Amino acid sequence: MIEIRFHGRGGQGTVVASKILADALAKEGNYVQAYPEFGVERRGAPVFAFIRIDNKPIYDKSKIYNPDHVVVVDPTLVEAIDVTEGLKEGGYIIINSNNPPEHFKFPPKFKVFTIDATEIAVKHRLGTLAAPIVNTAITGAVVKILNLTRLESLVEAIREGIPIKPEDNVKAAIEAYERA
Amino acid sequence: MKKVIMGNHALSYGAMLSRAQVIAAYPITPQTQVVELLSEMCADGTLNAKFIKVESEHSAMAACLGASLAGARTFTATSAQGLALMHEMLHWASGGRMPVVMGNINRAMAPGWSIWADQNDSLSERDTGWIQFYCSSNQEVLDTVIQAFKVSEKLMIPSMIILDAFALSHTYEVVEIPEQARVDQFLPPFNPPWRLTPADPHAFGGLTSPDHYMELRYKLQKDMEKVPALVEETGKEYEKLFGRYLGQVEEYLCADAELVFVTSGTAGYTARVAVDELRQKGIKAGNLRIKLFRPFPFEKVRAILSRVPKVAVLDRNISYGHHGIFYQEVKSALYGQPSSPLVFGFIAGLGGRDITRDSFQEIAEYTLSKNRAEEEIVWIGVKK
Repeated sequence: MIEIRFHGRGGQGTVVASKILADALAKEGNYVQAYPEFGVERRGAPVFAFIRIDNKPIYDKSKIYNPDHVVVVDPTLVEAIDVTEGLKEGGYIIINSNNPPEHFKFPPKFKVFTIDATEIAVKHRLGTLAAPIVNTAITGAVVKILNLTRLESLVEAIREGIPIKPEDNVKAAIEAYERA
Repeated sequence: MKKVIMGNHALSYGAMLSRAQVIAAYPITPQTQVVELLSEMCADGTLNAKFIKVESEHSAMAACLGASLAGARTFTATSAQGLALMHEMLHWASGGRMPVVMGNINRAMAPGWSIWADQNDSLSERDTGWIQFYCSSNQEVLDTVIQAFKVSEKLMIPSMIILDAFALSHTYEVVEIPEQARVDQFLPPFNPPWRLTPADPHAFGGLTSPDHYMELRYKLQKDMEKVPALVEETGKEYEKLFGRYLGQVEEYLCADAELVFVTSGTAGYTARVAVDELRQKGIKAGNLRIKLFRPFPFEKVRAILSRVPKVAVLDRNISYGHHGIFYQEVKSALYGQPSSPLVFGFIAGLGGRDITRDSFQEIAEYTLSKNRAEEEIVWIGVKK
């Protein structure tokens, strides 16, 4: 079983990112469980989303406390909260940032990867300049780094699951996948 | 077709595939998406049903009852305070023998204001004469809606399908969505033995003198007693078509167990993982998950638990001044049986506090180390 925790801010599409990833994984016959932080979401406030992936039915319905990997959709959260809380040794921290991984001071037991999903989202005109929607770009990088699914499954999941500008979102995901 | 959907939408798809004809509902967190999707389906023609917007849950149920009396298959969904507001109408549904099917998202009752999982809302309606199913996965939610219509309409008793707030309502899982044609084969149109129609005028719900009232209640109870066998029979019929069996309870590794957890809802699935972990440590644990809670599955519970030395009942609810409600019910089912286990009662997870594998490890340690329950209630994860 693989458990991943997403960190974002309300309104960035963090929950949608985990849902798209779940859709892509399910297309390849995996069992998946994706859920948002159980609560009330507010625009701009830190939000969480979680995903469990397995090749057999998932019975554990409790929250994820020790994720294998974390994905940080908003880099300012690295300063605001401990994104490594409970993270397993050897786990990836995938951050949306234009800085290189060395910029972030994490203990060496974690692997850090950065992808400039914001730049990719702006380039493909997703969201606005002030509030770009980076979630689909992020999923492209996550799928590649963690070797979760084929790109084709992700593309299919985005086409089916994103009603607004699906093709631009697909392009953003592909670009992030290729850069990762 | 396999689809990744949230628990709330599993209710919506269940109602859609059952071809519900009238849906009346009032939105409440964490139920909102159930009726959001159904109203979209009604608007775009996916579902040929009348969607009635109402100003309260009391009215939602009242509208469902009128439609049901007119012979329509009706569906609604609510949660917590909304269910409580419906309370009076719940008695009307069962007493009037109107087979409405309703989703209820288990949410804690206020105050303190909470939107998180807790069973006290649905268990407060235990004695209203509704069939109650507690679900543990989105697939089970969808499958239960379709089967509940069949059971309810056969016996003219309403059904409540219950799922935990967020832990199921907002959790996405892979769900096999059956083909409409096959569901139609399983669930024929609703054809009630009586209906309200201007063509054949009758009145319902009139004054019932002491000469007649008791017989109405006797008949309701006698029909309730038929539910367990009908749930089994309907489950087998469903299994033949769709390959999945519902049933009254789910038994997991109980046959040789020295300790069996009795669970329900999402905790009933987490318990299975805890059982696996305990077995790896050499402790023979098992899990009995109650799916059908009303009517209570006496025979199944007695048959499975009478051969077990120790039973630990987990409640995400409490009857203040007494015990956890599943604990009361399990003890009552086992009382006076020729052989009965030691039964321990645990309360955990009120107001959405997480119930984890570790909660079950704690429960197992307590149960295995005692020869009798030293406390009336053992609280798990409470800050005393």
